[in-house]
Amino acid sequence: MMRKIPKHIEGYGEVREFSGVFSDMNVKKLTQVHVKPKCPGERKIFLSIKEFFDKFPPFDGMTLSFHHHLRNGDSVINLVFSVLERYDVKDICLVSSSFFPVHEPMVKWIESQKVVKIYTNYMSGPVAKCVSSGKLKYPVIMQTHGGRARAIESGEVKIDVAFIAAPSCDEYGNMNGVYGKSACGVLGYAHVDADYANHVVAITDNLVPYPNTSIEIFQHKIDSVIVVESIGNPKGIVSGTTQITKDPLGLKIAKMAAKVIEYSGYLKEGFSFQTGAGGTSLAVAKEVKKLMISKNITGSFASGGITGYMVEMLKEGLFKTLFDVQCFDLDAIQSVKENPRHQAMSASLYGNPHCKGAIVNNLDVVILGATEVDINFNVNVTTASNGMIMGGSGGHSDTAAGAKLTIIVTNLVKARLPIVKEMVTTITTPGESVDVVVTERGIAVNPKHVDLIEILKSEGLSLYTIEELKEMAYSITGVPSEISFENKIIGVVEYRDGSVIDVIYPMKG
Amino acid sequence: MKGLKRSFLFIPGNNPGMVQTADLFDADVIIFDLEDAVAQSEKDSARNLIIQAFTTYKYKNCETMVRINAVETEDFELDIEAVCRFELDYILLPKATVEDIIVLDKKLEMMNSSTEIFAIIESAIALETAFDIAKASKRVKGLLLGGEDLTADLGVVRTKEGLEIQYARNRVAVVCKALGILAIDTPYTDVVDEMFLVQDSEEGKRFGMMAKASISPRHIETIHSVYAPSSKEVIYAYRVLCAMKQAKKKGFGVFSLDGKMIDSPIVKRAERIYQLAKKMGLKVSGVEYDA
Repeated sequence: MMRKIPKHIEGYGEVREFSGVFSDMNVKKLTQVHVKPKCPGERKIFLSIKEFFDKFPPFDGMTLSFHHHLRNGDSVINLVFSVLERYDVKDICLVSSSFFPVHEPMVKWIESQKVVKIYTNYMSGPVAKCVSSGKLKYPVIMQTHGGRARAIESGEVKIDVAFIAAPSCDEYGNMNGVYGKSACGVLGYAHVDADYANHVVAITDNLVPYPNTSIEIFQHKIDSVIVVESIGNPKGIVSGTTQITKDPLGLKIAKMAAKVIEYSGYLKEGFSFQTGAGGTSLAVAKEVKKLMISKNITGSFASGGITGYMVEMLKEGLFKTLFDVQCFDLDAIQSVKENPRHQAMSASLYGNPHCKGAIVNNLDVVILGATEVDINFNVNVTTASNGMIMGGSGGHSDTAAGAKLTIIVTNLVKARLPIVKEMVTTITTPGESVDVVVTERGIAVNPKHVDLIEILKSEGLSLYTIEELKEMAYSITGVPSEISFENKIIGVVEYRDGSVIDVIYPMKG
Repeated sequence: MKGLKRSFLFIPGNNPGMVQTADLFDADVIIFDLEDAVAQSEKDSARNLIIQAFTTYKYKNCETMVRINAVETEDFELDIEAVCRFELDYILLPKATVEDIIVLDKKLEMMNSSTEIFAIIESAIALETAFDIAKASKRVKGLLLGGEDLTADLGVVRTKEGLEIQYARNRVAVVCKALGILAIDTPYTDVVDEMFLVQDSEEGKRFGMMAKASISPRHIETIHSVYAPSSKEVIYAYRVLCAMKQAKKKGFGVFSLDGKMIDSPIVKRAERIYQLAKKMGLKVSGVEYDA
């Protein structure tokens, strides 16, 4: 793919370079887990994080994991590390499914090189900025949601202690995310941590009498329960309602994307669909909904992070079920609490390429965004065009690989920058798994889909080659000047199967 | 009059993002606004932006118009000088009077410009002299009803139901029909509550308006659907045009269809409907469009 990826990366190890979306499908083994059995009457509860660390002292080189269901309202990472300050501990590895601006206090841990390694699927805010400037001792390892589950299940990533934020929990560790002041909905990303960490801690601000009900993660996976005053700020956890974009360009893109879906042949009885929570993605959902109603189609399922809009479609009978890995808003939380057809799924079930069949494999159509797309249909959602980390795959690469039709919706030009360009700054999702790019100025179909190109042409859609879209973008913005990057690798982008699809260098100066 | 005109979309002349993407909203005519949408302190930069845009981009699949500032303002001369620096289809003159049209016409003559004029009818006096305004220059190709300013001038409340502008709609439509120019309905100005958009658009059409102005790209699709011909109209138009072709082949000057003589206005109307349907890509059984 013409990327400069070394065979060995310090702090990462030997590199297995990406060689195709499904190039590593041999028989796999799951790792072994340490289990410390509990006797009847043995207590799990701790009334503070300090009490926990006093009993289970932190040690140099330990690996701690966290989930990101509390998103920018999460207090758990900051709380745990504020207590760790009292212990002389270094060389910590952090395995958190995402980092948000709220995690700013982690910057000093990175700068002081007490946290030396990070695995994550998405990062934004001060932690991302700090890592991008090369202050993390070893390169950050950017994984996908399914890839994280795979890496933990296979033992590539060994977690010493998993801290699982639990909005509702009993003293023996039965937990759910749908009740309590810090309710966040489904706990999909935390399952693999509960299954494979050597020590699993439920950390809660809502201790309920035993036994908890609506249990998502059960007691037999939990070693300890820590009670704290607050695990998060509800304002940052979920939004009230996710809104469909009113931006006319976003609406135009959405309408064009819906037409691609309509003419692709996948929009029929049993249709399965995933779209994100962004305004344009929701606008696509709205257009698809209109089409489903007019054609009297009932879909089989919608999946991914779930919004109120998808809940509405479930209630209206447009989908038979929802597979939900995380709730984006209050409507989604309410729905998963009440509606048995709204089903929680783990990250492994969602997108792990090495399980016995992830939900993404059953997807007909997925709508995804892009920070950059190149003429080989590779997509970057990890870095800005200056190499600064400002996102990550999340489920991007997982769904793109699994879905029969992967549609990227994006503006051709954003803030005077061309989005379709010669080569993306960082490859997150390989072009091999991307089928269509829809922009406000036209649509490009991956040339491997000769039939789809013919169909869309005959329906009168504005079809261009991806090179033509690039030229159109450059005619508006000019050809972007080349950016010089430093030689030190600050990030490794792992594809979902654990191969290295790209590396990230910081910008010079 | 060049292409089909159902929708006239106002784009603030000082908004680089919107100026750059103006032709993506499928409006038939884009109106780059130098008047009300632009604060006095930004008039210069808006003029510069529009000059740059027109000399950099080629706006595709639409016609272009600039709403200049009124004749009585200091910006009028500067606006004219600016718009004569690039190729522009139309000028939209606000607060038009007969005298203003004459001034503008002379000015364009002096600048050796062939740009045509649309005039905004937005005062009681303008409404009552609309015929004269439209006749004041051969360049005038249409009138746009400015419902907001007109109702302010009349001292009446502007409502969503629009009863207060019924007469104005009717009058502008009749004047335009009489002179064979385009009557453009006032825009629907609520960009939050779009409940009445369809009703408002249909109301204008009912009174004889031939197109509608818009201040939101989101309104264009609705305007087009309201001003779209029905399948029955398209089929009839197609049959008229086919019958005309046959008649021409046979060397007949006049012809009939379904026992009725088809005269020039019916052919013109048929041509307009057919072209409209073609541009909109309306799929109507039995109707084929020229390549």
